[in-house]
Amino acid sequence: MIGVLFDGFAYGMLLFLLSVGLSVTLGMMNFVNLAHGSFAMLGGYVTVTLVNHFGWPFLATLPISFLVAGLASVVFERLIFQRLYRRSDLDQVMLTIGIVFISVAGAAYVFGTMQQPVPMPPRLDGAVVLGDLRFPYYRIFLIATGLVVAALLIVLLEYTRFGARIRAAVDNQRMARGLGIDVSLVFAASFALGSGLAGLGGSLAIEMVGLDPSFALTYLIYVLIVVAMGGLGSIMGSFAAAVLIGVTDMAGKYYVPQLGSFLIYLVMLALLMWRPIGIFGKRAA
Amino acid sequence: MTATTVSDAAASPHRYLAGKTRWRPVEVLFWLATLLPFWLVPDYLSLASQIAISALFALSLDLILGYAGIVSIGHAAFFGLGAYTAGIISKYGFGQPLVGLVAGAAVAAVFGYLTSFIIARFRGLALIMITLGIGLLLAQAANSLGWLTGGNDGLQGIRIKPLLGYFDFDLYGYTAYSYALAVLFLLFLVARRLTGSPFGLALRGIRENAVRMPAIGASSPSHVRKIYTIAAAFAGVAGALLTETTSTVALDTLGFERSADVLVMLILGGTGRLYGGLVGAIVYMVARDQLSGLDPRYWYFWIGLLLVAVVLFLPNGILGGLARLVPAGWSRR
Repeated sequence: MIGVLFDGFAYGMLLFLLSVGLSVTLGMMNFVNLAHGSFAMLGGYVTVTLVNHFGWPFLATLPISFLVAGLASVVFERLIFQRLYRRSDLDQVMLTIGIVFISVAGAAYVFGTMQQPVPMPPRLDGAVVLGDLRFPYYRIFLIATGLVVAALLIVLLEYTRFGARIRAAVDNQRMARGLGIDVSLVFAASFALGSGLAGLGGSLAIEMVGLDPSFALTYLIYVLIVVAMGGLGSIMGSFAAAVLIGVTDMAGKYYVPQLGSFLIYLVMLALLMWRPIGIFGKRAA
Repeated sequence: MTATTVSDAAASPHRYLAGKTRWRPVEVLFWLATLLPFWLVPDYLSLASQIAISALFALSLDLILGYAGIVSIGHAAFFGLGAYTAGIISKYGFGQPLVGLVAGAAVAAVFGYLTSFIIARFRGLALIMITLGIGLLLAQAANSLGWLTGGNDGLQGIRIKPLLGYFDFDLYGYTAYSYALAVLFLLFLVARRLTGSPFGLALRGIRENAVRMPAIGASSPSHVRKIYTIAAAFAGVAGALLTETTSTVALDTLGFERSADVLVMLILGGTGRLYGGLVGAIVYMVARDQLSGLDPRYWYFWIGLLLVAVVLFLPNGILGGLARLVPAGWSRR
């Protein structure tokens, strides 16, 4: 029971890293960016390349995958996504799913369709053993990273000027513009930050769930579930939803494996019917 | 343009709708052209029957997405229900194709009617996620219920009888294409009648402004429920057709990729114009047939590129782009 909770929590932290950026950008611009999972996958492949081809230590690649994913996303945002902010949800969905398809095929072309293993540093390879329970170091590290990122994001959002601008833009974009906030710039910055975190999540995901070209699509569904359940633009909401989904999924796979992912879909449907705007959401998309 | 149509519509709604639904020469040509494969490309008749089935599926999505503005990324749920229903009853001796169609449509319609109560309550991201969730839930259920559906191996023991007791489903697809085309044409006529009726007009009103419609006396939830059920039945028929023409049903009939594919076809052709789904299905299926010959693994690369290009450069799909080129008298709007 504790083991399932622990694993579920670690998995939840991974989902939190993968999804928190989408929640903020969706809340701010109402831009449905399904390519978010592609940036996460990009981060994962940056780590794979650096470790396996250039012999970097795993931990040193994490900041690089954060930066690469963030920078790549901002290029896309400025060049393509920006043109679609005033178009319908459907157009945004179709364009970004197109980018997902391209990235999936591109990753298959460059890296092949195999799972990409990455050797872990010895320090992260063991486990704490308490009686019957095993707590792998890596998952403890994952939980710690998730908690630190969540804390940093909350500090950034609640106590800095930049955070106040983001919150203003999420709450009321037109009013924020009226007050002289450069919403487009704030948006680009938070887009980069969110995609960078997704890239970090992609790197950290390799050891726990594996990395292959279908990552962008598979985890897109989880990410969307977390965002829809958590409520747009809410960090606490994403956190709560990610933990809920992580624990539910792990418990489901552990106790009733024949149901597969049935449970999390059921939990999502039930929650959305109860609160269509998500746990901590203030308004609908 | 908008001002004149609105005043025309207000002056005489019946004449306005009748004018909108008059058969145009292009349409007659289009349907005559669907007969050409029999003579021009007789080797590709099974592909042609697949296209007709996909076109029917895209048409059913167009009814809810293009006309009522319900974005669904789980529409394969109904397609798969129809496909499995036709397959399962054929195992127990009800292999007559027309019986399968009716049964597939009925089961899909019942499920559509039940879920329509949920669908009608939501819009926006929550709606997209709910359609996705229902689709995934059903796919997972079909996977878990191996005794009924055959699970991952697909349904075994499907026995489809000859059409009308006489026409066997041959290897070349003569029967398959004739049958699929006839069903597509009949249901197209139904869809055309529906969308050209006052009910269809009310749906477009809901698409444009869901809040204002109740204020002028058209309750949107009940309209949404109706069209969602009808579209589910159409998708069920398309699924049953697939089972009957190929004698196989597998989990992919319910999968997310099928929902995504049909959405791509519709967007490609153009939403909200009936022929959009048909043209999109033709372009998509022919392109897939040709391109996957090159290298099937990278087929999705081309689809992705196509999507990006269509959204950026042809916002109303192929038909929307054509409509701008053709003189006003010819175009559908």
